[in-house]
Amino acid sequence: MKMNGAQALLECLKNEGVELVFGYPGGVVLKLYDEIYKMKFPNILTGHEQGAVHAADGYARATGKVGVVIATSGPGAANLITGIATANMDSVPLVCITGQVASPAIGKDSFQEVDVCGITAPITKHNYLVKNVEELPRVVKEAFFIARTGRPAPVCIDIAANVFNSEIDFEYPEKINLRGYTGENPCDEKAVDEVVAAIEKADFPLIFVGGGVIISETSNIVREILNRLQCPCTSTLMGLGSIEADREGYLGFAGMHGSYGANMAIQNCDLLICIGMRFSDRVTGKVAEFAPNAKIVHFEIDPAEINKNVQVDIKVLGDLKNSLPLLRDKLNAAETDFAKKFNSWLNYSIEIGNKHLFGYKTEGDEIKPGALISKISDICDENTIVVTDVGQHQMWTAQFFNVKGPRQFLTSGGLGTMGFGLPAAMGAKLACPDKNVVLITGDGSIMMNIQELATLADNNIDIKIVIVHNFILGMVGQWQRLFYNHHYSASELNLKRDFIKISEAMGLRGYRLTKAAELETELPEILFSKGAAVIDVYVPQEENVLPMVPGGKRLDQMVLS
Amino acid sequence: MKKFLLAVLVDNKPGVLTHVAGLISRRAFNIESISAGYTEEPSVTRINIVVSVESENELDQVVNQLGKLIDVIKIVNLSKAPSIERELVMIKVKASKETRADLVSIVDIFRAKIVDVTSENVIIELTGNQQKIDAICEVLSDYEIVEIARTGAIALSRGPIPVKKM
Repeated sequence: MKMNGAQALLECLKNEGVELVFGYPGGVVLKLYDEIYKMKFPNILTGHEQGAVHAADGYARATGKVGVVIATSGPGAANLITGIATANMDSVPLVCITGQVASPAIGKDSFQEVDVCGITAPITKHNYLVKNVEELPRVVKEAFFIARTGRPAPVCIDIAANVFNSEIDFEYPEKINLRGYTGENPCDEKAVDEVVAAIEKADFPLIFVGGGVIISETSNIVREILNRLQCPCTSTLMGLGSIEADREGYLGFAGMHGSYGANMAIQNCDLLICIGMRFSDRVTGKVAEFAPNAKIVHFEIDPAEINKNVQVDIKVLGDLKNSLPLLRDKLNAAETDFAKKFNSWLNYSIEIGNKHLFGYKTEGDEIKPGALISKISDICDENTIVVTDVGQHQMWTAQFFNVKGPRQFLTSGGLGTMGFGLPAAMGAKLACPDKNVVLITGDGSIMMNIQELATLADNNIDIKIVIVHNFILGMVGQWQRLFYNHHYSASELNLKRDFIKISEAMGLRGYRLTKAAELETELPEILFSKGAAVIDVYVPQEENVLPMVPGGKRLDQMVLS
Repeated sequence: MKKFLLAVLVDNKPGVLTHVAGLISRRAFNIESISAGYTEEPSVTRINIVVSVESENELDQVVNQLGKLIDVIKIVNLSKAPSIERELVMIKVKASKETRADLVSIVDIFRAKIVDVTSENVIIELTGNQQKIDAICEVLSDYEIVEIARTGAIALSRGPIPVKKM
């Protein structure tokens, strides 16, 4: 069928099952937006391109589908960068479509020209510059394939303006021909046998799951393995939800602000079975003394993650979808009574963990952040997606919100991007209109993409925004309190900003909670009300996130109070 | 530090060298040389990289990270396979009437070639492995070297099996 490049691109997106894009128009994508208009292709106009890319990211995290964002050349494309890097660090599949100046103008420092392929190479799985309309269908097909298969990640397609106007006899390719990439990740069965043997020999095994379990949709299999082994387990921040928080033997998440029980179990175990995680420095503490007594097993799809940060004893390469069912079946076939064998270690781990559970002190009628998040956790069911920004509130949410299932807790882990939360929550709600979406953010983070409040109002996107308002860049303040003599350099936020007025000005309802009793009397009603609302919750300024493993310390050298 | 020569077969597409070079720099890998050229297949470019690493583990990281690039079709560590390694160098040396005869005999000993002569200098061309090239450069340093251009090492496996089938 004859059509122009802009129509062809939208046909490609339809072929890939894209139902919604997030985008912001501009000079070189005017032709594309004209076809979007004519075709009535659903496009959410955000307030900023960064909002668009985080929204696409939230959409992808909530569903596992590829998120799609469109931006114009130059500043439009440059505004995507933080969002692309955020998605790349957390292995989120995105296809980012940017307009580029027309082919003859490339390289001349033309108006709104920026080298998108050059800038995005380090933060994408792959990128393309399309100068000829004939390449477009193949490139889009490849981009979606690359983004969603293997270890997912963002892919950029930079399209020269003339491509949108050129005519093409459109046909969407059926096959992909990439010599250097198959997207298939078979698993080495022998390695799984080695793991089974190691588990049979172990006395103190610990299962440690990461975001890979969520991405590969294998959390059910992990739970079956845990049912069989009855050994203690923990997760990374990104792995929250792969194991239900109320499982017996689940010790909470591990790492810098992880639980005492999880960190101690890592240091004490004799077999650490790491599944779909990458040994981030926030997880390992002092890496040379991470899990010193353990034989380490690593189930991983990406060969470059093996031995990158931590030397492992047994590697099991391949998609968890292939390796974990094998492990489950082999363990089920084994004769050992694992539950009996690991029972005392399980009880011991739980007992150690119970010594220092996540907690907070109630003082007067102040609202403690821990109390706030616990309350939200209590009143929200499994049909709720909780999204966070970055900082103290993020760690409190990880600590006090009992995540039950995968894709229920969305956070920027690897890059730690303030400003991620609001647009990501918006994307998650658009992806899952039947779910409740609650954003927990801070008075620092919310300001970084606050323009998206207007997007919520304009599009009637119903999310609830809880601002943990402590009048300081909390995590920066915590470090300044602990390690820089209380010098609150450039971290205190003054009292003049009024989030209720901001919300109302943007077309939303705003509420303020300042007393602990209001968590009972006000909060549930607002959370269950219809339509987006901002809930500005005043909390004390000098509250620390604890426990904490200070930089360069071992996981068992936690600051507890 | 140990050196290894990697033969990297990549798609002959725009931007591939940027992807490869960018990856090496952002992962802070040390490279001694990198060269690229066409191959027997028009759609494939061969990039020859000499990496300098502290350990086998670091070498694995280089190979695995390169392997993640979508344009990369195949990577073979030719330092671990029977292979022939060569580098080409051109050296411009000042040459007066008095020194010219000496230079000619050095060129003979190294089986190099003089490819250009003027009244003031000669250009010497030599192909060989890295040690041989380092050696002639050192000997010639007594004669005021004006400039040197080296290609970096390239290599082929011995025997009938090409890198793409390894």
